[in-house]
Amino acid sequence: MSVVTADRVGAAPPGSRKAIGLVAGVVLLLAAIVLSIAVGSRWIPPAQIWNLLLHPDDGELSAIVNGLRVPRTILGLAAGAALAVSGAVMQGLTRNPLGDPSLLGTSAGAGFGVIVSLNVIGLTSFYSYIWFGFAGALIATVLVYYMASIGRGGPTPVKLALSGAAIQVLFISMGSTLLLLNRVSLERYRFWLVGALTGVNMSVVLQVLPVLLIGLVLALLTAPGLNALALGDDVATSLGRNVGLIRIQGALAVTLLTGAATAVCGPIVFVGLVIPHAVRQLTGVDNRWVIAYSTLYGSVLLLLADILGRIVARPVEVQVGIVVAFVGVPFFIALIRRRRLAEL
Amino acid sequence: MVAITSFAGRKAVRFPGKQLSAVLHPRLILVCSILIVTTLTMFVLELTYGDVALPVGDVLAALTGSADAGTTLIVTDLRLPRALVGVLVGLAFGMSGAIMQSLTRNPLASPDIIGITEGTSLFAVAAIVLGFGKSLGIPLMALLGGLTSATLIYTLAWKRGASGYRIVLTGIGLSAVFAAGVQYMLVTADFWDAVNATVWINGSLYARGWSHLTPLLIGLAILLPLAVLILRRLPVLQLGDEVAIGLGVPVQFYRFALIGLSVGLVSVGTAAAGPILFVGLIAPQIAKRMAGTVGEPPLTSGLLGATLVPVSDMIARFAFPSELPVGVVTGLLGAPFLLWLLAKANRRSNA
Repeated sequence: MSVVTADRVGAAPPGSRKAIGLVAGVVLLLAAIVLSIAVGSRWIPPAQIWNLLLHPDDGELSAIVNGLRVPRTILGLAAGAALAVSGAVMQGLTRNPLGDPSLLGTSAGAGFGVIVSLNVIGLTSFYSYIWFGFAGALIATVLVYYMASIGRGGPTPVKLALSGAAIQVLFISMGSTLLLLNRVSLERYRFWLVGALTGVNMSVVLQVLPVLLIGLVLALLTAPGLNALALGDDVATSLGRNVGLIRIQGALAVTLLTGAATAVCGPIVFVGLVIPHAVRQLTGVDNRWVIAYSTLYGSVLLLLADILGRIVARPVEVQVGIVVAFVGVPFFIALIRRRRLAEL
Repeated sequence: MVAITSFAGRKAVRFPGKQLSAVLHPRLILVCSILIVTTLTMFVLELTYGDVALPVGDVLAALTGSADAGTTLIVTDLRLPRALVGVLVGLAFGMSGAIMQSLTRNPLASPDIIGITEGTSLFAVAAIVLGFGKSLGIPLMALLGGLTSATLIYTLAWKRGASGYRIVLTGIGLSAVFAAGVQYMLVTADFWDAVNATVWINGSLYARGWSHLTPLLIGLAILLPLAVLILRRLPVLQLGDEVAIGLGVPVQFYRFALIGLSVGLVSVGTAAAGPILFVGLIAPQIAKRMAGTVGEPPLTSGLLGATLVPVSDMIARFAFPSELPVGVVTGLLGAPFLLWLLAKANRRSNA
């Protein structure tokens, strides 16, 4: 039966909660965007930001805002949305509350693909190595799902989580083998492996945006299918849905979103896990709303985590991937403790 | 008098006195004997083979102190500690994995997967990069890390008892945090510290000396006798909680003791050689199939690990243009096996 939804079916929140959630999300997002441009080793008063954006000059402040913080902020927005939506789609596809691109191996697969393309084959342009990220993400996701669905009971949460962890260890160990054989690349990759929004210039950000947009649209198109899937494969089929097609569409969306986000930012955990669960409290179980709100709140979470990372350990920055890991884990533990997963 | 009796098609041996009797497992004994021979062979190979090949006679002379200074240095200071660390670490990983897998009745529940290994890495990298607790030494810090992370996992998974799946899932979640901590330190480290830490994380026998061997020997001297005492109850626990409780076994106590033993073994091993991937995962599964037992046999798994690590170390030393950490080789050898295991494990379990 429906996993994510079982305890809340029939208790869809009233429309007012949805509206409040939307307003609060937009306000939070705007605040996060302003803060993300303002906060850093050098504080830039929000009043000046608008001016600097509209009239870029040769000054230092303008360079910081337009050259560093704006690309970083846009990337945070996009990656946060991508990862949260990936998580929502995975939770729907696998009917598993632990769906998350990093827990189910997708991020590790994408990471390995990128390492292979940059390190072994020597591709450097974004549109050439991104394909390896996609390939890695897809292979890992399909492998995990396939491995977990062997045996009685299909892909249960525990089987999925274990398969995900195992495949993840596998890809990470192959990746670090490649990095150890070529120590020069280790120097470059340790900054990527940590999951960060920094060091990415505007041209790469602009290249990744269309990919994420396509993934997002695809995810939204999959949402009605996911709603049917929540009732079980048989019911979905009898409702006239093509279950196989929904799965392929969903897997494609996850691949595009996670593959692209990981290729640029490195592996970032827990965003895809936390946000859909939190958002469901506002929207109820309809996946169309869950995905739409996940876009919003995923961006908010990643930006806020990034801002937090800039101020907790001054003058050093803590990368966003690390902040999110620490923020997300209490949520993860609570999730495991609250539910009897065997039932799910 | 030692008596051999036969019951239900199985032979049992009964020792004098009332309490001591055991089921005789001819196949298990045969497999163990073979593994002891292969382990010894690998051990001798590690001592004789290298940049300078030494005949067995020279090695023996060096061990008894009658060889020239150069040979003695190579054998007793370089190769002997390395070979011993390899064998003992393999033993520890194999046993640890077998205990954990039997206990959770899941072949994937190895310390590599459920976060204990990441915990040891976190503490060890802290020592390498930050110099945090460096006076304790990297091995002790790693040991501390393993015990701390295991305690944390166990505590967080506790809810009217600690069930197997909750331990596994909590471990998976926490390992993400431990990994994040490791990555953060690697980023802030200067380059050579980062290289050293990366080599350590991948599990290496490179430059292992007596300073690594001594804590390992002490740890095993404490843990192995405990293992003999505790492991006697393992077969009962494998029957499931209800049956075990019905038979009067204090299940939570023994589960705690077995987890402690498993964690202790893997931490002691990791402290000496870093996390050598997949040994604890693979050795018990192969051992089980070799010995034809129902559960994963701890001793056989340990002996198999003690063969696997030196074999992988020889490959890591001589099969590549430059020496690689042994964990990279076990990782690569273990990868296809892991996939097979995953399919196999899921076919059987329904949780």
